[in-house]
This record gives sequence, structure tokens and C-alpha cells, in this order.
Amino acid sequence: MSALRFSLRETPPQRLDLSALIPERLADLEMAEILRLSVTTTRQPLCVGDVFTVHPGKADEVVIAGGSAWFDEVGAGMTRGTLSVEGEVGARAGRGMQGGRLLVRGDAGVFAASGMRGGEIEIGGNVGAFLAAPGPGERLGMAGGLVVVRGNAGARAGDRLRRGVIVIEGDTGDEPASRMLAGTLIVCGQAGARAGYLMRRGTLVAARAAPLPTFVPTGSADQVFRALLARAIAAVSPAAAALLGETLARFGGDVATLGKGEMFIRVGQIAATG
Amino acid sequence: MPELSRNGVRIDDSFAEAFDMRATGLIITADTLAWARIAATSLTGFATSIIACGVEAGIDSELSENETPDGRPGVRVLMFAGSTSELQKQLQSRVGQCVLTSPGSACFAGLEGVEPLKLGDAIRYFADGWQISKRFGGRHFWRMPVMDGEFVCEATTGLTKSAVGGGNLLLMGRSRETVLRAAEAAMVAMRGVADVIMPFPGGIVRSGSKVGSKYKGLMASTNDAYCPSLRGLTQSALAADIASVLEIVIDGLTPEAVAAAMRAGLAAACALGPEAGAARIGAGNYGGKLGRHHFHLKELLP
Repeated sequence: MSALRFSLRETPPQRLDLSALIPERLADLEMAEILRLSVTTTRQPLCVGDVFTVHPGKADEVVIAGGSAWFDEVGAGMTRGTLSVEGEVGARAGRGMQGGRLLVRGDAGVFAASGMRGGEIEIGGNVGAFLAAPGPGERLGMAGGLVVVRGNAGARAGDRLRRGVIVIEGDTGDEPASRMLAGTLIVCGQAGARAGYLMRRGTLVAARAAPLPTFVPTGSADQVFRALLARAIAAVSPAAAALLGETLARFGGDVATLGKGEMFIRVGQIAATG
Repeated sequence: MPELSRNGVRIDDSFAEAFDMRATGLIITADTLAWARIAATSLTGFATSIIACGVEAGIDSELSENETPDGRPGVRVLMFAGSTSELQKQLQSRVGQCVLTSPGSACFAGLEGVEPLKLGDAIRYFADGWQISKRFGGRHFWRMPVMDGEFVCEATTGLTKSAVGGGNLLLMGRSRETVLRAAEAAMVAMRGVADVIMPFPGGIVRSGSKVGSKYKGLMASTNDAYCPSLRGLTQSALAADIASVLEIVIDGLTPEAVAAAMRAGLAAACALGPEAGAARIGAGNYGGKLGRHHFHLKELLP
């Protein structure tokens, strides 16, 4: 049996809350019930049937054909199965996700992977600001799982990251790994300004970065850890695994706060702080 | 009943009696195989018998760069004990004193078991607050700053409750020289068997023991029935042509692994023949009432 498929018929009239379109919510529903699921975000009621044509299939493998920057909360709260979106998505993709796999072929908006606890997210394009960050009023950002972004990330990627691994194959906006608590953020390109700002613990790896004066060079004695990490992510991101195998300088910080974090930067690509 | 023999070597119609044990495995890596071996040898030192060492331990195999978690050369070590608590205690004190301390080492789980045993979880406090926890790829590691860099240790390793301890072979011959030659040949063959260790020095024990003693408080004492110098003075198991006896004790993760090791050892010892090697091969047991596993020699012959 093929995947359960949602095809967008036309440009939606409002932003859509697609958090209902996850395998565990759809598993026991009849087609009529699926068509009646609410996707509205305004006072104007809107249900799945109003905007999507649904092709029946197994609910463990959900496909959203077409994409839109108005597709919010895609894969939010997901615990199992796979969900793939053939285009772009809006805000809070994979928010609070606990398991399963979310694949977005296009770009994703702000707060993707926010509050994530487990599972895997792959974003084929770029991602907005506050990747994996805590939601409003929350103390922790992402606390488990794996996120891979093939393009660039906006500002504050990995804010308050608690656990898990994030790979950004492109560049990041300002302050990646800000206020990081633990976990690992790998940037295969250029890390934005003030990388690791107020980082407490955790690991930031960047091909190019300008460490703040509150990051101190510590020398590098980390081959075993880097080899383990490289092997763990080699299948999902050969670029990140290759970066981990290069000669990297290590810095400890942010000593403006707890200072038990670490930053690895490719030797020869360490810029002075502007 | 006709006497069993292979290549002129008499085989006792006897069996090795073995016991259920708790066991765990570790993978120790280092910058070179030589240094991984040093750490493992140190870890498995003074671990010949649970009678006084707490644990029986040995090197199971050497691992190439492709077989270890961190891509460095390493060795796999197995540890056996009578109880989970003793195994846990020995594991953390031995890894803490012998692997953490060894230059360039790292330590990983070497067994998937029914329950976890603390590995890095028990040792991380050495780092005095500078330990770093890392979870990825479904595994959990602790990184501890040490003077030559960083000690990486997996948080836990696995425990098996279906391990077997006490498989054995008794090699008997006409001189110390020929018996030792047979035991060495058997050991070479048995080292090639996976999931077993032979915990005694070089795998070989010359002071086989019986249960109990005439002295109060001694759990074990010399196996007088197999001491050539007591022939005629005690209830001896030795005929006049036997001048020396050596034993090989085998602990394995499964009964099948112990049987495979005994089979390999028997074949190698028999191949030497009675003149160059052992004239007779037997096995130690306690009448079959103490241990659940009975390895009959006649079923393991080449």
C-alpha cells in the first residue's frame, strides 16, 4: 500500500495548522474523518477537505504534496512513522517532536524543531531563525533527536539546546548556539556573529567562525570524541563527518557564563572578532 | 567398556562441570594496539579465579581499526563474576584504575546484555565537574579531561546472566615438559575461539583445586587426587605413567562457546600424541550435582 497523500489544491486562504497530519493521529481515522480535521488558524473555519485532496494510503507514511510558507506546525508532536513534505513549510515544523522522521524538501520557517525531544528532521532547503529553540515561556530548547539542514539557518540556531545533534550544512545567522546548555551543533559553513553567545555547556563545531573574546583557546585533545561523532552522523551528513575529521582548533567558553562549552573551528579559518 | 582414545591419547569418560555466571564485555582502544593491550592486560591482571580475585577476566580478541567504535586498534575483554554486584564493583574499580590511567585509552561497551552495568556512569566523577556527557547515534558517552587529553568512556555496558564459568580440560602426561607443550598447543587453538577467556596465567593452571579444605575457612585446596607426588598416599586419580598435570579453565558467554573452546583444545592436544604431548586428557567435575552445565569429553572429541 502506498503513502497517505495530501495534495494541495490551491493557495490556502489563511495560514494552516497542520499538526493533525501526523501518522499517529491519522492511523485510526476514516477518510471522512480525515477530511473533517481542522487546519484553521483564524476565526474562519477550515478543514483538511477544504484545501487538500487526500489519496488514501498507509498512515505510517504521510506525504504532503506541494508546499507553502503558510504550512505551520508540520509534524508537530510526531512520535512515529514518516512525514514528508515535497515543498516548503512555515513556522514550527517538527515542534515538540518525539520520534519518527520528518522530511521537508524545501525551506522551513522559524522555530523549526523547537522543543524537539527525539526523532529525526531533515530540511532540504534553508531554515528560519530560532531553529530548535525553546518556545515562548519554555526553559529548554531541543532536548533530543537529530536535525539536518542542507541549506542555511537563520539567527539563534540551537538556542538553549539541551541534548541532541543539529547539523547545518550551510551557514548560520547571528548567534548560533546562543545560551546552549548541552548537545551538539555542527555548522559546515560560516557560523554567524557572536557564535556561542552565553553558551554554558555543549559543543559547537564550525568550519569558519570568529570566536568572541570570552572563548579561550584550549588546545585540542578530542580525537576520540570527534571520531565517534563523525561515525554517528556520516550516513546523514558526509560533509559534517568530513569537517569533524579535519584539523580543528578548540575554544572553551562562554566564560561570561558557566564556560563549560566548547567550540571547534577549522584551523586557518578563525576570524578575529569584528 | 572400551577405553576412549585419539591419536594414542587416552580420553577419560568424564565431563567438565560448569556453572552459571554473570559476565560483561568491554572494548578498550588506544593509539596503538600495543597500548590497548597494555591497558587490557592491566585490567585483567589478578583476575584468575573468583575464589580470591572477585572476578575472572581475560582478553577475548584483538580488534582492528574497522571493528572498534572510534576507529582505533583495540581489544575486547570479558569479565565474569558470581553476582551482578560483584561484577559491577570490579568493573568500575578495574576500569578506573587500569584503563582510565592508561595513556591514550578509551573504553566502550563490549556486550549487548539484558541489563546495563555502569561504566562511564561510575567513573565520570573523577573529572570533578569537568566531565562532558554526549549522547548520539543511540549511545551515551562520557568525556573526562585527563593529563594527556581526554578519556572517553561509554556510559554503560551490557550484562549477561547466561554466561558459563568453569569449563575445563585436565592434561596429563609423562613429564612436565610434554604436558606444558600440550597445554600451550591447546591454548593457541582456544584463543581463536570467540566469546571465551582462559583466565589463568597464560590460560594454564598448575594448582587445580578441590572444594573445601581440612583447614577451617579455606574454600578450596589442592586437588590431591591429581597431584603426582601424592599418588599412593591419597585417593589418587593418576596411573603410574603420569608425572605431571595441567588444567585449562574456560569461561564463556554461552555454553556453546565453552564447548567450542574445549573442542578446539582437545583437538590440538590430541594432535601432538602421547609422546610429545599429553598421554591422557580428563576433565574436572564435582559429581555433577553442583553445576548445571556438563561438557562430556567424548562428545567434544575430534
